[in-house]
Amino acid sequence: MAREVISTGNELAAKAAVEAGARFFGGYPITPSSEVMHVSSDLLPKVGGTCIQMEDEIAGISAALGASMAGVKSFTATSGPGVSLKAEQIGLGFIAEIPLVIINVMRGGPSTGLPTRVSQADIGQAQYPTHGDYASITLCAGSLSECYTETVRGFNLAEKYMTPVFVLLDETIGHMHGKAILPDIEEIEAGIVDREKFHGDPADYKPYDVPMNKPAVLNPMFEGYKYHITGLHHGAEGFPTEDAQQCEFNIERLVGKINTVHLENNGLDDLPDYEEVDLEDADVCIIAYGSIALGAYEAVKKLRSEGIKAGLFRPIMLWPSPIKRLEELGEKFENRIMVTELNMGQYSKEIERVIKRNDFTTLLKANGRPIAPAEMVAKIKEMI
Amino acid sequence: MAFNYDKYLRVNKMPTLWCWGCGDGVILKATIRAIEKMGWDMDNVCVVSGIGCSGRFSSYIDCNTVHTTHGRTIAYATGIKLAKPHANVIVVAGDGDGLAIGGNHTIHGCRRNIDLNFILINNFIYGLTNSQTSPTTPRGMWTVSQKNGNIDPTFNACKLAIGAGASFVAREPMTDPKKLEKILVKAFSHKGFSFVEVNSNCHINLGRKNKMLSAMDNLKWIDSITLPLKKWEALEDEVEKENILPTGVLREVEQEEYCDMYKEIQMAAQGQRAKITQDDFEKKI
Repeated sequence: MAREVISTGNELAAKAAVEAGARFFGGYPITPSSEVMHVSSDLLPKVGGTCIQMEDEIAGISAALGASMAGVKSFTATSGPGVSLKAEQIGLGFIAEIPLVIINVMRGGPSTGLPTRVSQADIGQAQYPTHGDYASITLCAGSLSECYTETVRGFNLAEKYMTPVFVLLDETIGHMHGKAILPDIEEIEAGIVDREKFHGDPADYKPYDVPMNKPAVLNPMFEGYKYHITGLHHGAEGFPTEDAQQCEFNIERLVGKINTVHLENNGLDDLPDYEEVDLEDADVCIIAYGSIALGAYEAVKKLRSEGIKAGLFRPIMLWPSPIKRLEELGEKFENRIMVTELNMGQYSKEIERVIKRNDFTTLLKANGRPIAPAEMVAKIKEMI
Repeated sequence: MAFNYDKYLRVNKMPTLWCWGCGDGVILKATIRAIEKMGWDMDNVCVVSGIGCSGRFSSYIDCNTVHTTHGRTIAYATGIKLAKPHANVIVVAGDGDGLAIGGNHTIHGCRRNIDLNFILINNFIYGLTNSQTSPTTPRGMWTVSQKNGNIDPTFNACKLAIGAGASFVAREPMTDPKKLEKILVKAFSHKGFSFVEVNSNCHINLGRKNKMLSAMDNLKWIDSITLPLKKWEALEDEVEKENILPTGVLREVEQEEYCDMYKEIQMAAQGQRAKITQDDFEKKI
């Protein structure tokens, strides 16, 4: 039995975190994400968890990473400026392979930008939030229900691949209030992924002694498996090294455990990386994600009612991007593609990279306002 | 019988990366002896360090260890302690780590009174990165980043900790390791945030250019600027008092510990006690 609730995107993300097994939140208030912390401060202690408002953004994610190292599923929530501040710690999460969910409710930037207005301009930041080489997993909620389901998925992917995972909401979807259909709690609990543990003799335990493209096996602290975690390059036992071969292996493994696995398995889990609406018989393809996709559904309907066969491709997992499917769409629709997003073309550039053509149409906006279905309809009519 | 450090050390990581004559090794040994006095099970101990020479501290002790980023030790340790309140958590940071880039976390760790044992190794300089000015570098000394002499006023770390509300504050130079061990045992026994400033030498990167060429010269200087609290209090000359750092336990009070208070939050949320109000606290503002 699915559950019907009336809620907001930010509240649903917090509820999802707790139901996915998170027991620690560390954060700092920032518009438009603060409600995630507000709701967590209510929900977490009820299940024996902890929610702490730290002294700054950096401390928020540091505490969450610390709790995750201790073995507790953890998360933080913020917006663009907060991600900028957290950047260095996200890097420690990548190299030391600490699972963490970072919910970014996107607002206009750069800098303080447009704190109370919508944007999707942190797409690039989510792909490369910090210095160095690594691969990011980034999920993007396109509905109230997905604020819940993609947050749950974020925790499961973080534990499975031992890495920080971004769940992107935007100001519109984070503050939107309405009905959401959520999966049954039993279904959520049945799908929960917990990080792998080593059960052998502690003397044999080497947390980073894993083959290429496999994540580290980090046991929770205080369970008899004493080991070292560092932000430096490290060998199989976790201790610092500058050995060239080891460092090369480390980086190839960090990138490969996400990107290569995604490409080879056509996904990182069994859940869809994208949604398609009316694409089968379509002549034109709109590509949109997040709250902008809500307008795109309307645009497709309107165009079809006027005899224009439009369809929608909506990526849910933005990074790694659904390369195979995008290539197919590029071949099928050629230049009859319109990418629409609330930034100056951050995802359009990825599509250009994948389909190796730049003759498609873009409808971009970066002034803190949404893109109306009528604007999409007009642009498509211009295009065909 | 000689004390057996091997039980507590990752002996295969020896020798340490620290310079010959560095005080960090003395502090490491005093910490280990204090842990033994406490009778702590090493499976239940976590050592968190930051960046700098002191950052390597964690890798040498055989327990759950984390070498975090520059300045963020207390924030990471706060997450670890809140997630597993039963754990004994030791945090090690240098003067640059704990007072400059991580100053904010030091202040708020003290204020929160979470049960962390914070060892601030103060060698008055950025040693690892070759002699840049730290918040405790004495004025007038030469550093690579102030080649005409340091003009920046210095932090008094313990005053800062007291001002921020730490419930245990002590200072001890590493020149008397036995005394340091006793102070650390007191700090580890204390429930709440324990702040211990340990004055240490860096004859390589502070001493060399400031007329303290050997470890001994540097240590003699440390002895000349520190005085046990009672003797310090007896000093009459106010200017002299300002230039001498009092040592020993400077503050020790009982205050509500953060993890204990959070337990009350959890109980209130689960309906096991009334909701928390101002009446629950003696000190309200």
